[in-house]
Amino acid sequence: MSKVTTAANQFAARRGFNQIANRLFTGIVWLIGICTIVFICGLLFLILKKGLPELDWSFLYGLPSEMEEGGGIGPLIFNSFYVLVISLVISIPLGMAAGIYLAEFAPATKFIAFIRICVEGLASVPSIIFGLFGIALFVEALDIGLTIIGGAVSLAFLNLPVLTRVTEESIKAVPKELKHASFALGSTHLQTIRRVLIPVALNGIITGICLTAGRAFGESAVIILTAGVSSSGEMWDFSLYSPGATLAVHLWYVQSEAIVPDAQLIAEKSAAVLVFVVLLINIVFRVPLWLNERKTR
Amino acid sequence: MQSVASQTLIDIHKLNLYYGQFHALKDVTMDIPEKAITAFIGPSGCGKSTLLRTLNRMNDMIPGTRIEGKVAIGGADIYSKEVDVETLRKKVGMVFQQPNPFPKSIYDNIAYGPRLHGIRGKQKLDEIVETSLRSAALWDEVKDYLKRSALSFSGGQQQRLCIARAIAVNPDILLMDEATSALDPISTLKIEELAQELKDKYTIVMVTHNMHQAARVSNQTVFFLNGEVVEFAETEKLFSNPRDQRTEDYISGRFG
Repeated sequence: MSKVTTAANQFAARRGFNQIANRLFTGIVWLIGICTIVFICGLLFLILKKGLPELDWSFLYGLPSEMEEGGGIGPLIFNSFYVLVISLVISIPLGMAAGIYLAEFAPATKFIAFIRICVEGLASVPSIIFGLFGIALFVEALDIGLTIIGGAVSLAFLNLPVLTRVTEESIKAVPKELKHASFALGSTHLQTIRRVLIPVALNGIITGICLTAGRAFGESAVIILTAGVSSSGEMWDFSLYSPGATLAVHLWYVQSEAIVPDAQLIAEKSAAVLVFVVLLINIVFRVPLWLNERKTR
Repeated sequence: MQSVASQTLIDIHKLNLYYGQFHALKDVTMDIPEKAITAFIGPSGCGKSTLLRTLNRMNDMIPGTRIEGKVAIGGADIYSKEVDVETLRKKVGMVFQQPNPFPKSIYDNIAYGPRLHGIRGKQKLDEIVETSLRSAALWDEVKDYLKRSALSFSGGQQQRLCIARAIAVNPDILLMDEATSALDPISTLKIEELAQELKDKYTIVMVTHNMHQAARVSNQTVFFLNGEVVEFAETEKLFSNPRDQRTEDYISGRFG
């Protein structure tokens, strides 16, 4: 008797432990993934649903009120952007310069390794610590009180380690072959950094800037301690020495301290605006990335 | 065999190179003639790529490299203090093992070098791009796609693009570091044909682990072993009638 007649198809599915584990794992990953997405989208939807329909120009543009109903958030939105822009203007060049230094110039010594650990540590320090540092520097040492410039600089310090780290990692991820190609054509180190390393690393760097910008826009602890919980109460106040409460701070303020009767509504609308703007920032920062990608594809 | 007594362009004299404690090149002395193809062959780790990279000082980038002896190009010592490495590398172009075009358009890849060295005018750049691509036998394939990313082309085309990019800065010498080892046989053949054409204008020094390639394309061949030059001869002579027993063992495939 030959075995051939009775042999089953040698490619037939086996139901061993590995196959079952594989399916189980795939299922669990799918489930968790879907749950997470539904949760995040639900949260976004809830926040936007409560606030967005109530929005009107007078709220977005109006001045906040201390006692009566119907206060707006105009100066607070303005302060949010103003503080954000100043802090980015300070932290992007410094962070990128430090990141480029660490990636390209720093010698491989123990001291530099230690610096790197410090940068990493600073990146995960709670923001309130930077707030306290801001107080010590601006309110006590320099004695200028709670100001926009104090808040912006403290915020820049908060973002600096993250930007440094992201820049360093992105530059280091550029293939060595490209760097060698550039050097072999007779480029200087600066030319290579400017024309090859940064353009190729731009994707990662902008993602980093985007994350820090979003975080800075929503940051409250640092601002409360260094820029205060009130605004100067007028629109388009470009003075660096005005008190500079931002939207995120205002949200905290009306929810916990304010005595206006419609605090709940203001909080809901502010939250919606805050979330909306952070989403917008993410999209706006990605436009140069898309353009860059289209050019290099 | 070419009996034309061509002039020496690269003069290497008693060159020793160390990576930290490792003695990578030992007392290397040779004269490389101009407007010809010189091939470096030998087993992995024999120092052939290291020697190639001393010619455009790419070894400078490896920390712990120490060099003794003399390397002169056209009579000028390239390791003397007054040498500007950027100017040297402009005159000594290099093509690498892996095609490494920048993630930019074909045009910007070629124009990269000239722009580094201060050429700005569009008309001038257009001209350089076209002549470089023509010299690299790539113009007809890419002339309609100059704005397309270099990464969308095949490996063989990318490597010819890299050759065109090296030519665009008008070098005297072209170093090819196993430039075909990542390519398929047909692309390899095209690069070899290209090298044959280019040697009329450029001095080519190539490292290859492929002995047949050295035999096919080069005028002179140098055989390295453990950081030493074992034999330097006209290619035909080296392959048909090697002087050294070790050369014979290597080219007959007994080791390596």
